[in-house]
Amino acid sequence: MGKPTGFLEVDRIVAKKRPISDRINDYLEIELIPTPSETIEQASRCMDCGTPFCHSGCPLGNIIPEFNDAVYEENWKYAYEILVSTNNFPEFTGRICPAPCESSCVLGINKPAVAIELIEKSIIEKAFSEGWVQPQAPTKRTGKNVAIVGSGPAGLAAASQLNKAGHSVTVYERADQIGGLLRYGIPDFKLDKNIVKRRVDLMVKEGIKFETNVQIGSEIKLSKLQSDFDAILIATGSTTPRIIQSKGNDAKGIYPAMEFLSQQNKRVSNIALIHNHKGEPYLDSDILAAGKNVVIIGGGDTGSDCVGTSNRHKAKSITQIEVMPKPSSERPEHTPWPNWPNMLRTSTSHDEGVDRLWSISLEEFIKDENGQLTGLCIGDIVYEFQDGKMVNKVINHREIPCELALIAAGFLHTDHGNLITEINSLGILLDEYGNIKTDATYQTSQDKIFVAGDARRGQSLVVWGISEGREAARNMDSFLMGHTILEGKTVSTFDLVK
Amino acid sequence: MKIKVSGEGLYRKEFEHDACGIGFVASLKGIKSHRIVQDAIKMLIRMDHRGACGCDPNSGDGAGVIVQIPHEFFLEESRKLKFSLPSLGNYGVGMAFFPKNEVLINECKEVIDRKAKKLGLSILGYRLVPVNNTEILGADSGDSEPDIYQIFIEKPVSCKTEIEFERKLYVFRQYVSNLLNETIRGLENKFYFASMSCRTIIYKGMLTTMQVPGYFIDLFQDNFTSALAIVHSRFSTNTFPEWKLAQPFRFIAHNGEINTVKGNSSWMQAQSALFSSQYFSQEELDMILPICSLGQSDSAILDNAIEMLYLSGRSLPHVMMMLIPEAWDGNESMESYKKDFYEYHAAMMEPWDGPASISFTDGKLIGATLDRNGLRPSRFWVTNDDHVIMASEAGVLDLDPATIVSKGRLQPGKMFVVDMEQGRIVPDEELKEVICQQQPYGQWLRENKIRVEDLPEAGSEYRQPKSNEVISRQQIFGFTTEDIRIVLAQMAETGKEALGSMGIDTPLAVLSDKAQHISSYFKQLFAQVTNPPIDPIRERMVMSLLTDIGGLSNLLEESPSHCKQIEIQQPVLRNKEVEKIRWIDHEKFQTKSIHMTFRASDESGVLKKALDRICNYAEDAVDDGYSIILLTDRGIDSSHAPIPSLLALGAVHNHLIRVKKRAKVGIILEAGDVWETHHFATLIGYGASAINPYMAFETIKLMKENKLVDPNLSYEKLEYNYIKAVNGELLKIFSKMGISTLQSYQGAQIFEILGLDHSVVNMYFTGSISRIEGVDLDTLAKEALIKHGSGYEVLKSINPKLEVGGIYQWKQRGEEHLFNPQTIHLLQQATKLNDYSVFKKYSKLIDDQANKAITLRGLLKFKSAKSIPIDEVEPIEGILTRFATGAMSFGSISYEAHTTLAIAMNRIGGKSNTGEGGEDPIRFQKMANGDSMNSSIKQVASGRFGVTMNYLTNATELQIKMAQGAKPGEGGQLPGHKVDDWIGKTRYSTPGVGLISPPPHHDIYSIEDLAQLIFDLKNANREARISVKLVSEAGVGTIAAGVVKAHADHILIAGYDGGTGASPLSSIRHAGLPWELGLAETHQTLVKNKLRGRVTIQTDGQIKTGRDIAIAALLGAEEFGVATAALVTAGCIMMRKCHLNTCPVGVATQNPDLRALYTGNPDHVVHLFYFLAEELREIMAELGFRKINDMVGRVDLLEMRDVSSHWKYKNLDLSPILSYGNQDSSVPVFKSEEQDHGMADQLDWKLLDLAKDSLLNQKETYAELPIINVNRTVGTIISNEITKKYGERGLKADLIHFKFSGTAGQSFGAFSVKGLKLEIEGDSNDYIGKGMCGSTIIAYPFRNSTFVASENSIVGNVSFYGATSGEAYLAGMAGERFCVRNSGAKIVVEGIGDHGCEYMTGGIVIILGKTGRNFGAGMSGGVAYVLDEKNDFESKVNREMVEMTDLSQEDKVIIKMFLQKHIDFTHSVKGKSVLDNFDSVSNQFKKVMPTDYRNALTVRNLSITDVMNDKNKVYTDIQIELKK
Repeated sequence: MGKPTGFLEVDRIVAKKRPISDRINDYLEIELIPTPSETIEQASRCMDCGTPFCHSGCPLGNIIPEFNDAVYEENWKYAYEILVSTNNFPEFTGRICPAPCESSCVLGINKPAVAIELIEKSIIEKAFSEGWVQPQAPTKRTGKNVAIVGSGPAGLAAASQLNKAGHSVTVYERADQIGGLLRYGIPDFKLDKNIVKRRVDLMVKEGIKFETNVQIGSEIKLSKLQSDFDAILIATGSTTPRIIQSKGNDAKGIYPAMEFLSQQNKRVSNIALIHNHKGEPYLDSDILAAGKNVVIIGGGDTGSDCVGTSNRHKAKSITQIEVMPKPSSERPEHTPWPNWPNMLRTSTSHDEGVDRLWSISLEEFIKDENGQLTGLCIGDIVYEFQDGKMVNKVINHREIPCELALIAAGFLHTDHGNLITEINSLGILLDEYGNIKTDATYQTSQDKIFVAGDARRGQSLVVWGISEGREAARNMDSFLMGHTILEGKTVSTFDLVK
Repeated sequence: MKIKVSGEGLYRKEFEHDACGIGFVASLKGIKSHRIVQDAIKMLIRMDHRGACGCDPNSGDGAGVIVQIPHEFFLEESRKLKFSLPSLGNYGVGMAFFPKNEVLINECKEVIDRKAKKLGLSILGYRLVPVNNTEILGADSGDSEPDIYQIFIEKPVSCKTEIEFERKLYVFRQYVSNLLNETIRGLENKFYFASMSCRTIIYKGMLTTMQVPGYFIDLFQDNFTSALAIVHSRFSTNTFPEWKLAQPFRFIAHNGEINTVKGNSSWMQAQSALFSSQYFSQEELDMILPICSLGQSDSAILDNAIEMLYLSGRSLPHVMMMLIPEAWDGNESMESYKKDFYEYHAAMMEPWDGPASISFTDGKLIGATLDRNGLRPSRFWVTNDDHVIMASEAGVLDLDPATIVSKGRLQPGKMFVVDMEQGRIVPDEELKEVICQQQPYGQWLRENKIRVEDLPEAGSEYRQPKSNEVISRQQIFGFTTEDIRIVLAQMAETGKEALGSMGIDTPLAVLSDKAQHISSYFKQLFAQVTNPPIDPIRERMVMSLLTDIGGLSNLLEESPSHCKQIEIQQPVLRNKEVEKIRWIDHEKFQTKSIHMTFRASDESGVLKKALDRICNYAEDAVDDGYSIILLTDRGIDSSHAPIPSLLALGAVHNHLIRVKKRAKVGIILEAGDVWETHHFATLIGYGASAINPYMAFETIKLMKENKLVDPNLSYEKLEYNYIKAVNGELLKIFSKMGISTLQSYQGAQIFEILGLDHSVVNMYFTGSISRIEGVDLDTLAKEALIKHGSGYEVLKSINPKLEVGGIYQWKQRGEEHLFNPQTIHLLQQATKLNDYSVFKKYSKLIDDQANKAITLRGLLKFKSAKSIPIDEVEPIEGILTRFATGAMSFGSISYEAHTTLAIAMNRIGGKSNTGEGGEDPIRFQKMANGDSMNSSIKQVASGRFGVTMNYLTNATELQIKMAQGAKPGEGGQLPGHKVDDWIGKTRYSTPGVGLISPPPHHDIYSIEDLAQLIFDLKNANREARISVKLVSEAGVGTIAAGVVKAHADHILIAGYDGGTGASPLSSIRHAGLPWELGLAETHQTLVKNKLRGRVTIQTDGQIKTGRDIAIAALLGAEEFGVATAALVTAGCIMMRKCHLNTCPVGVATQNPDLRALYTGNPDHVVHLFYFLAEELREIMAELGFRKINDMVGRVDLLEMRDVSSHWKYKNLDLSPILSYGNQDSSVPVFKSEEQDHGMADQLDWKLLDLAKDSLLNQKETYAELPIINVNRTVGTIISNEITKKYGERGLKADLIHFKFSGTAGQSFGAFSVKGLKLEIEGDSNDYIGKGMCGSTIIAYPFRNSTFVASENSIVGNVSFYGATSGEAYLAGMAGERFCVRNSGAKIVVEGIGDHGCEYMTGGIVIILGKTGRNFGAGMSGGVAYVLDEKNDFESKVNREMVEMTDLSQEDKVIIKMFLQKHIDFTHSVKGKSVLDNFDSVSNQFKKVMPTDYRNALTVRNLSITDVMNDKNKVYTDIQIELKK
């Protein structure tokens, strides 16, 4: 450990942000890249715990105390090596991860947690700027071909790992660009798409083949992949949005958040708005918030992204409604350290301006005679005890104006389209939530077919996607080669039984 | 085939220990008298308290006497028996023990007669030694009593001299006893010659000292005369009947213990292959061998070796100097001839290392010597009628003071000999000068010995490989990132080993799923109770790392070529050095390199084949005349994996021993799998002379390249630091066991093997302790191959990376930990919310983890039994009283955490423990809400911090900490920054000044010393039970038996895995054993010895669930300690940074800002113990137990899980742990009777009676009383009574004044308090003023003595140990270790021995005469004024922490004041002459003061006088925040 008393001397800071007045006029990243000296100071706060809960809290198993220490010692190269030993894409997680590691940081028991995410981002950006991140094609190929369906975090991580193991990897993506959620889900102001491109370019140089605008299950049948490849990974994410069943939900002006967000990503990159993030034609023309009263239904991260994008569109008003009660601003007792705290989170987009309403029941979408949305009827949910049971009641019904409603109420499961039909026909089952079932080795009942990421575990975090991709890749390598040289999250190379 | 030795349990005979009282009486002029025999016997009786008896008070551990042949007596006896004896010297007498069986005796006699004839000896007759055995009939000793016969043998004409006859008798004795025991059926090794000599005879038996005179009728006959007599009284850990283990032996009586005996005897065996002697024919040598037979004690084996060396032509003093050399290596002040002698002999033989006070005789001369550490007391007197008396104690004979010419003590490493032919005592200097110059040893060395520095440079070195190659090889040898980041970086940067905290909760090597380093199967042994560990830092002067490489020569002769060897200063060979040796080309030296690799194939038997091959190569190399074997694994490649170097070494070492060729070569290693100190220790322990850890060097180089170490250090410096760290820690590992020299450690196998199959142990680690079986060769091969394979995989990888480890820090892909993020969280939630269902989730995880097998108990399961409803199980409240928390000091943990545990334990009726840091008296009062912060258990550890009478009085249990799980055998250090005012006050030390706890208790060097401390503490608080804390290791059961016999009421067997605070990482991992083994062994051994009923057994070490507790109970514990889990409940999150004072949750820190963050709550801790008890009750119900006592030791309800299909531990065999033995229902198996502490006879009852008025009415008392050495611990009970009534303040100074005359027994004035003035006219034994807190102690010789008081001993060793306040005036000299850990007493004395004022932290010591070596070592406080008349004091001071200056004006005032008091109290002649001439002698005074202490006083603007007058002035900044 670099500095035993660092945590007593240095306060936590997080990444500096561009001023609101500046940033709401463009789509450039909000967060600035921390300076090395800031990062070193922050790293000095790490206590190098004997039981590093951060390392346990990180879905990737990032060896956080070790890279913190290396940063403190200004051994950036070593820090980079530690970081990438567990994480293929720290430049993504360093930007958009909600950092469960930080909420389980031991320092968080009674002080602000170590700024792990800031350190992570700083390390990887330093590595890029120093030129340490170079394409590293495997020296030897195994002669095995692997197809990966979906180029989100899980698919990309698996591709990177499998390629490292020497397999020839082809990634199929139904959209026109690689990246999945990273590309068309997350706004540019949080994750600049050049960052995604920078990584994809590297992967291309490492020998991974990317095929965009391909729908597996229709344009190319899964059965074709089965005959052409030695193994297949389905990493199609969880893209089926939850529908709001309220009355009037057929009004014009109600859109799934993803449609809205992906359009904006395309605009930023000057891509014509022809196909959406699913590779399907856009049903409507431009969805723009400018001059409109925008209501975002759902209080999560996607909702927050819609807030930020709406502000940049110059919406007339922006309201975000959430069915759950307002969480406390401190860690509540039912989610004690080191758990992920269910608490009020205020994102950079919120800072830019929004009305946030909690405990709201959406009673009705109100539309005009043209079927165009004009407002929402909402009410406050209150909880009462009746006959010893908790019941909720909606009171205080009222109407709020709304011309654009964005539904950010979460995703149900992976896309149940042609691919799933084909998968089902092979005898592969779905679980009760509609995700694709696998065994503990990510393998389906068809030996060759593996599943990773949200398609398997349901909607989740980017960091989980990467983790799933890595673990699936390791199992696939094992399946292909009889043994594997890829690292496993919980497996040591010194394990005698692997 | 697997041989199961079931039902045997864990006890091994080799674990036995003994300790003793010894002494001799001799006539300087060699005049024989019966008085000498009588006096010797009297002496024996007066040392009764140094011996012991078993469960049955009539069975002694052994006692005896060696005398000259009582010719007059035998002449008359032989007449009665109708045979005639020739003149003295012309016949020998054998003292033979036969089993009581007429048939067997006759059979034996027939063989003896026949063999005598064969050797040309004629037997003159047999005499049955008459005994009176009424006292021992029915006792254990009686059941095994032999018939003792004297066999009279005539000197044959062929023997020209007496010594020739002695040799003949020796051959005959060895031959006959080996033959009889081997050939006669039913003899069962019971035939034994106690002695056979024409000069001496031994009467001994398994007797108490009191029984000796009554038993041997001969000794009482007035014609039974001798000019010398050595006596011995034995205190053994066991009571298994063994008459032959009684002492004296044929040449010596030994008080002490040879720690390295396993190595010494195996080297002796190896060397015997080279024996030849002008005094013995080859045929005779064959009859003599083996010299050291099995089944003997260490002392007996030492005697065997001495005998052989003596009879082959060396004098007895010469032999003693060879075996027990002084500390010569690095001793600048030693004469060069003496150094040469020792250096020469070191090339021939390693020291027999361990505490030893030895009295020796060959019948012509008698002498005594003390080992280099001087850890055994030996006092002597010379009288004006030419008698010399030497004994472990003063006052063992009532001598008229007026007849005493001089009184002295034997000093460390010194010897004295009574030469009866010359009629005088030959002093050490004179004696050694002659012996050391009998040969030109110095010249021999100069001409033959080679220093590695002097060897020519070798051609070239191996290049540093490319970084990915290094990583690949690191992986092959098993390095992890932790080894680099934590282990090596620390060593290379600081020259010291890294520290860790909070014990270890990862799997044992044999249970881990991950490929292990072979050394991890070896657990270091350590000294506890029966001999002391050494402080390798403060007492560095006795330690040595020097070793010689090369073959040995015939031990029985000496010649110049005997020292033809390569000398190295320390065992870590640099690359350059190993090259020099590899290519050495010298007439006597050539090196054979042998590759330790095996074919990388998973075929069964490949490793075996490779080992056979290297053994054959090694043997061939010896035959070809190579004298050095270099085992190297440089030759690995993708198809050849490295053989674990320890395995290869063990194979070669043992193979060569078996073929009798080991002595001809030295073995060195060039091994990649060596980097931690423990790796070096295991290699040296199995016979390596030196090791080149080339991968460690390559790794450090790569670390330097990759900037993983301090960039300011050059590679050379990093390498230097690394070697320094290895050296320092090796010394620590040796010293843990009480071993001082590397040479003695080499091959001594001071380990217990945990988890290797007997097929591996028997073949490659022959003779090592290994009790539970484990992995076989194929599995070891598999472990090597997995690493090898992954190492080559790494090469294929784009970014080669090392494995993460996960031992020192929890890691997702690392080793399992019982406490991990999940379990810690669940435990904290459960106890916080008082939610048993959450606790069950936690305990399920722990217990399930155990099912994966992290601990041995994880492999056990309960048998199904008839269950009972849970409400029939004893209520929870009764169970709660059996719980204790661990010993964690206020200092290591915060006040808040410490009191949380205390309050919680007091609420549930359990016990919390002070730890070794004392306790603020404010906690002894109840709190307003009825809670109490008083820790029931007050610990007494080696540092004795804050151990005052008030502290002892306020305890319900006094716990003597012999060892601690995390670092058994080591001392501790509280760094200055952790000592704030409050802690300083509680520990009676100075804030900001670091504190050192010595490795040993300086008043416990042996079991009889422990008995003494137990007795002292019982006197200090009769209501408290006395507990002894031991750490689980092989042999802990036998030690526990000794401890019970030393009258402990309670024994704690701690597991190796527990522990908080700072410990070296290697100690946490590699020293000690899990409690399952230690507890089971203890219970089994105590039951077997019928001692179990006298003691309560507690166990602790990673106990976390009700299941753990249930298993502990079934294995034999009735109380349970829970420390880590309690701390976790109080908020600890296993940071493992306790040693850094940065605990972020305020538990293990003194930083006020961090303490403010503490959130622990006694309620939560109470919940934990309720949960544990409830879970235990559930298991009890399931097993059908109503009471815990019914459950204790019921191993029949446990069985091992079926692991037969497990790839790794399928061969583990826990049946020794589960051995139920033959349970005799009359033998108690849990605590059911009280110890007899023998308090009734204490002198203090009389003192109390005399001082009644003082105690009641604070009136003055004065009385005069006689005192003798059996009056031990005088003044302690009365001090306890004063404290009970008057608390910490005591009474008005000197209110009660007792004047004693005679010799005071041990621990005079122990823990004596203010108000007492204890005066002795005469002298006193060891430990005077131990723990003195406020009293005044005065000692001076009898007024009618004729000797010069200041040049003679007045008190013994270890005086005023741990004194905290009070004054003492001693007119005479004290022994070794004067004022160790004094923290406030002011004392005047006229001379002292070695190690004076060691670890002292306060007080004033004025010494008006000479001091020994190593003065002021580890001294961090207080002042010493030393009158340096000979101007040689400077060389004796250990300058590490202290500075020496002249006196200031203030100093002079202080000295004069104390001198005046000294003269007033003692009438000291010396004192008067100094004071009278003060102006002229004051410049001879030297002032010694620790630098830190001086700085601390300066900062606080305090003078010595200020502190002397009121110590509280030091502690100004205490904020005691009492909880409301």
